[in-house]
Amino acid sequence: MWIDLAITMVKIIFILTITVGFFAPVLTWVERKQSAMMQDRIGANRADIFGFTALGLFHIIADALKMFTKEDFIPQGANRALHTLAPIIALIPAILTFAVVPFGGQYTLWGQDVNLVISDLDVGLLFVFAIASIATYGYVIAGWSSNNNWSLLGAMRTASQMISYEVTMGLTIIGVLMVYGSMQLTQIGAAQEGFWRWGIFLQPLGFLMFFAASIAENKRVPFDAPEAESELVAGYFTEYSGLKFGMFFMAEFIEMVTIGAIMTILFFGAWHIPFLTTATLLSIFDFLGDSGANLVVMLIHVGVFFGKVTFFIFVQMVIRWTLPRFRYDQIMKLGWKILLPLSLANVVVTGIVILALN
Amino acid sequence: MLESYTGAAILLLIATAIAVGMVVATSILGPKREFADKMEPFECGESQIVSPYQRFSVKFYLVAVLFILFDIEVVFLFPWAILYKQLGLFGLIEMGVFLIILGVGLMYVWIRGGLDWE
Repeated sequence: MWIDLAITMVKIIFILTITVGFFAPVLTWVERKQSAMMQDRIGANRADIFGFTALGLFHIIADALKMFTKEDFIPQGANRALHTLAPIIALIPAILTFAVVPFGGQYTLWGQDVNLVISDLDVGLLFVFAIASIATYGYVIAGWSSNNNWSLLGAMRTASQMISYEVTMGLTIIGVLMVYGSMQLTQIGAAQEGFWRWGIFLQPLGFLMFFAASIAENKRVPFDAPEAESELVAGYFTEYSGLKFGMFFMAEFIEMVTIGAIMTILFFGAWHIPFLTTATLLSIFDFLGDSGANLVVMLIHVGVFFGKVTFFIFVQMVIRWTLPRFRYDQIMKLGWKILLPLSLANVVVTGIVILALN
Repeated sequence: MLESYTGAAILLLIATAIAVGMVVATSILGPKREFADKMEPFECGESQIVSPYQRFSVKFYLVAVLFILFDIEVVFLFPWAILYKQLGLFGLIEMGVFLIILGVGLMYVWIRGGLDWE
């Protein structure tokens, strides 16, 4: 009982360190530096400690300090309580979705079973969708409570776009669920040990649609109409400053990690290495003893998993700085008139193929 | 059964603490200098001409209604998809009928222009 609780706490601390402590701050730097590289600029390089700039990495610390010490601005006529509550509602779901994301398989270390997921829920994927959709409230409340025209327009766009793409996103993964017969993310991950059993080969169309829908759900370019800088100033967070403003960005960056993780688990073999099964890996490190081999394999799997996640974050960043923004009617058209019928067709085709193969 | 939610519950508490802590920290640490011109909502250098709380396009309501309709459909599909391999041909036909009815609904909305944003 206490040992289980201790293991759970270790996993929670690990996940928080990785997402809130590592990915969220580092991605703010990566976004600036990568955009600079793609646009032939130098990018963030001014913040220094005793003359050392470390490629501008100190900007992370500088940004954090600045956000903490900025004035917390609430405009006249705004609903103060809701204005304060909105970033909290936006940030909590972003962190909470990680409760069901497995970052490795199951291992036996010194007689103790270790399952590398905080909560191994049998409704895992449903939990992700349920929690992630709560964030919509945060964005809409933020826009509504600001007493600002741009904020409200951004909030309306956010609400419409997020609920539209939620339908599509839900439908695109139905095919994955049919193939693997489970909603438990650990089981879906474990089912992809063989390279040709990866989701990308079984559900290629599903992957493309899920990718598009998840970027739209996170409101990043080319689907960033809700926060379009050239039209709506900054959309729903126009009237936010200081760390409250930073919380919206943090939520966005953590969601990028979530999207990368979910895509890795559903379509890219989760923590598995192509053509290298867990049993083979264990036999390679057999000389370390049973627990030692398990430990090494566990570390390798966690490394592989976060390597894949990092790759998908990189892809999202490249898309962010490559494509122009879609018009709002184009976004809605893509969601309702193209992705929705296509994902319905994907479900039917998947059903017929599965039936024919059995 | 409920025990598997322990980790998620702990994470929820920690996430709430982080989020609330951040808001409290920024409101304590930051300076407060308020004067009338600064407190106005941002409007591209103008004073606010119209209040944001007005009527807005009916399209947004329509999308919300369609969302409820189709999201419930997705919820129905989840358990069906899990059990699909056991249900076999029966499951395919059953869900085919359901999807056709919904497809007709989608076509109706489409033809009536409910999905157009002009």
